[in-house]
Amino acid sequence: MKLKITHTTSYSYDEPVSYALQQVRLTPMDNPQQKVLNWNVAIEGGDTELTFLDQHKNHTMLVRVEPDRNEVRIIASGEVETNDTVGVLGKVYGTAPLWHFQQHTRRTAPGKGVAKLARIIGTTDSQLDDLHTLSRAVLNAVPYGKGGTFVGTTAEEAIISGGGVCQDHAQIFVSAARKAGIPARYVSGYLMMNDRVDQDASHAWAEAHLQGLGWVGFDISNGISPDERYVRLATGLDSRDAAPISGVRMGTANESMIVSLQIQQ
Amino acid sequence: MGSDRKNFDEMLFGSEGVRQPYDNYEKWFGSEDPARLTKKSKEAEAFFRRTGITFNVYGQAAAQERLIPFDLVPRILSSREWTRLSKGIEQRVRAINAFLHDIYNRQEILRAGRVPIELISQNAAFLPQMIGMSPPGDVYTHIVGTDIVRTGEDDFFVLEDNARTPSGVSYMLENRETMLHMFPELFSQIKVQPVSDYPKNLRKSLAACAPHSCEGKPTVAVLTPGIHNSAYFEHSFLADQMGVELVEGHDLRVVDGHIAMRTTQGYKVIDVLYRRVDDEYLDPLNFKPESMLGVPGIMDVYRAGNITIANAPGTGIADDKAIYSYMPDIIEFYTGEKAILKNVETWRCSEPASLQYVLEHLSELVVKEVHGSGGYGMLVGPAASQKELSAFTAKLKSNPGNYIAQPTLSLSTVPIFTKKQLAPRHVDLRPFVLVSPNKVSITPGGLTRVALKAGSLVVNSSQGGGTKDTWVLED
Repeated sequence: MKLKITHTTSYSYDEPVSYALQQVRLTPMDNPQQKVLNWNVAIEGGDTELTFLDQHKNHTMLVRVEPDRNEVRIIASGEVETNDTVGVLGKVYGTAPLWHFQQHTRRTAPGKGVAKLARIIGTTDSQLDDLHTLSRAVLNAVPYGKGGTFVGTTAEEAIISGGGVCQDHAQIFVSAARKAGIPARYVSGYLMMNDRVDQDASHAWAEAHLQGLGWVGFDISNGISPDERYVRLATGLDSRDAAPISGVRMGTANESMIVSLQIQQ
Repeated sequence: MGSDRKNFDEMLFGSEGVRQPYDNYEKWFGSEDPARLTKKSKEAEAFFRRTGITFNVYGQAAAQERLIPFDLVPRILSSREWTRLSKGIEQRVRAINAFLHDIYNRQEILRAGRVPIELISQNAAFLPQMIGMSPPGDVYTHIVGTDIVRTGEDDFFVLEDNARTPSGVSYMLENRETMLHMFPELFSQIKVQPVSDYPKNLRKSLAACAPHSCEGKPTVAVLTPGIHNSAYFEHSFLADQMGVELVEGHDLRVVDGHIAMRTTQGYKVIDVLYRRVDDEYLDPLNFKPESMLGVPGIMDVYRAGNITIANAPGTGIADDKAIYSYMPDIIEFYTGEKAILKNVETWRCSEPASLQYVLEHLSELVVKEVHGSGGYGMLVGPAASQKELSAFTAKLKSNPGNYIAQPTLSLSTVPIFTKKQLAPRHVDLRPFVLVSPNKVSITPGGLTRVALKAGSLVVNSSQGGGTKDTWVLED
C-alpha cells in the first residue's frame, strides 16, 4: 500500500523565545514493513543544526528555533510503500543488544499494576498468544480516554489513573513484557484510519522480541498487530526515547502545540 | 586501629637503614635544623592559603572550605620502580578503553562470557546514548587517575580505576611548586623528574582527540558546574594553566551543528570539552531534563561527530567496583597479556558465597559501595565499632549487590614531619594518565595522599587525609 503523509506540528510561544532546541524523529527508515519512496522534513522558523542516528538507529535531527520567534512549524511529508507482514518485523537488529530491551526506564518502571499484568505471560506455552492476551488485558485495564494522562505519565501511573492513550498502552505493554523477561520496545509512527484523511494524531504501539520470529508488533489501543496501514518512525525503550519531537527552551514562555496529520492512499 | 608492625616503610627499611631512593634526601634531612623545617612547614600552609587551594567537604556545614594539609617530606620512587608502575598503568588504561568501546559496540567480552551481562545490564553507569558510537580516536578515558597502593618492595596493587573525572591533579602541581619554592637547594642536589609539563600535555593530549571534522587548531575548553562545586578550584586552575576558557553550561549554545561558547567576539566553536559535569547532568535534552548545569543537545552534537567530550559519557561503567574485580580478565581479553599490576582480592557481595564470607569476616575487611567514591559510605572493619559493624551487616543483607569487600591491606608508610621527628603514616598514590589516539602518557609521580592520624588507613582528603609531593628520581 502506498501511503501519502503530511504531518505538521506547530509550536507557538506566548512570548518570543531567545533559545530553544527541538529534537526531531520524524523520518521513517526502510525495513521489511516499509520502503520510503520520498520524504522531507521542512522547518519553518528554525534551522536544522545536524542529523544523526541515535542508539536505536532512529534518524534524528536537532533543530534550533530562530531566536526571538513566536512560532516554529515542523512539516514532515512524503510517501511510504508498506507491506502487510502480519505484524512481524522479524530479525532486524541494530547495535543495541537484546538485553537492553529488558531494561526499565523511569517511565516503564513496573509497580503492582504492571506486575499483575505481567503474570499473564507464561499462562500458556505460547508467548505469542500470551502477548496478545496481555495486549487485550492492557486495554481492559486502561480503556482509551484522553485527559487522564499526559506526556510524562509512567506506565504504572496510567494504570492507576484507569484510562489512557496509545502512548500509555504501549508503555504498559512493554513494561509488563519486560517484567516477564521478554525484550520489548516502544514504537512511534503513523496509522491511517480507513474512514478519514485527517487523522487525530500520530500513533504509538509496541514490539516484543520472540525466539524464532524476531520482533513482533502489537497495537494495543486497536487490539491488532500492525498491518500495511502503519508507518514506523522511531523506536526506543519508552515514549521519551522514541518521541517524534522533544525540546528544551530557555526562559519563561509557555508553549502550545497544534498538530495536523493527513494520511491517504 | 594500631599500626601493623609488618608495614613496609618506603623510607626506612628496618635495620638495613634508609632505602636507596631516599638516600640523598635522608642526608639532606639529617643536616637540616628541625626548627627551620617547622618554620617551613608553616610557610607552606601560608603559601597554599595564598594560592587558594581549598576543597569543600560534603556533609559538613554548607560549602565549608578547608585546606588539605601538606606534609613536606616527599614520597620518593626510583626510576626503575616508576618504569614498572607506568607500564602496568598503561596496560590497564589501554584495556579499559578497549573494554568501553566493546561494551558500547559489539560486546565481544559479554558474548565470550568473560564478564557477566548483568554487571553491565544492571549497571546504572551504563549509558544507552553511547550505544553504537565511537568517540573521536576511540578514546573514552582522556584522563585517568589510577589509585595505587603498595604493601612491599615489589607489591603494588591497583585499588581503583578512576575513569570518570579523577580530581587532584592541581594538588600534584601545587605540591611540587611549593616544594620548589621552599627548598630550591634540594632540587639542585637531587634530580627529580618534573611534573610542571602536565597542563601543557593535557592541552596537547585533549587537542589530539579533536573530532575529524575539526579543521585547524582545536579549541579546548573546561566545563565546570560552577563555583559551588567542591573541585571548582581545580577546574579554574586547569583552565588557567592550559590557557583555555572555563565555561558553564549557560555560556554554551548549539551553533551551526557545533557547541559554541559566547565570547566578546561572538560565538566560538569548541572542539574538545573537558567537562567536569557528571553524565546525568550533562544534557537536559537527553538526560535529566531539570539539570541547569549541562548543555542541551551536546549529546546530539557528540553523536554527529562534531565535538569531543572528555572523558566520554558512560565511562563510569569501567570504574564501577564490581567491574574492577574482573579487571585481570578484561586486561587479558583485550591485550592478550597478564596484568602487570595486581588487583586487590575482591569479594562481590552479589554472590551468596562471597556475601556469607564477608558477613563472617566483616571486622577484618574493608567494604565499599559499588558506585561509591571519596571514602563515603565505606566501612573499615578493623576500625569500626560493634554498632557500626551491625549497622553495616543490615545494609549488606538488604542490598548485597551494592557492595564489594576487600582485605584490609597493610599499606606502605612514608614518614611525615611532626613536631618532634619523622613518623610513619600510610599512603596511597594517584598517578595521572593522559590518553590520546596514539599515546598514553603518565606524569612521573602523581598525588600521594597520606593518612595523618597514626595507624589510620583512610587517606581521603574528605576524611582528614593530607598530601605529599611525589618524586620520581632521574636515572
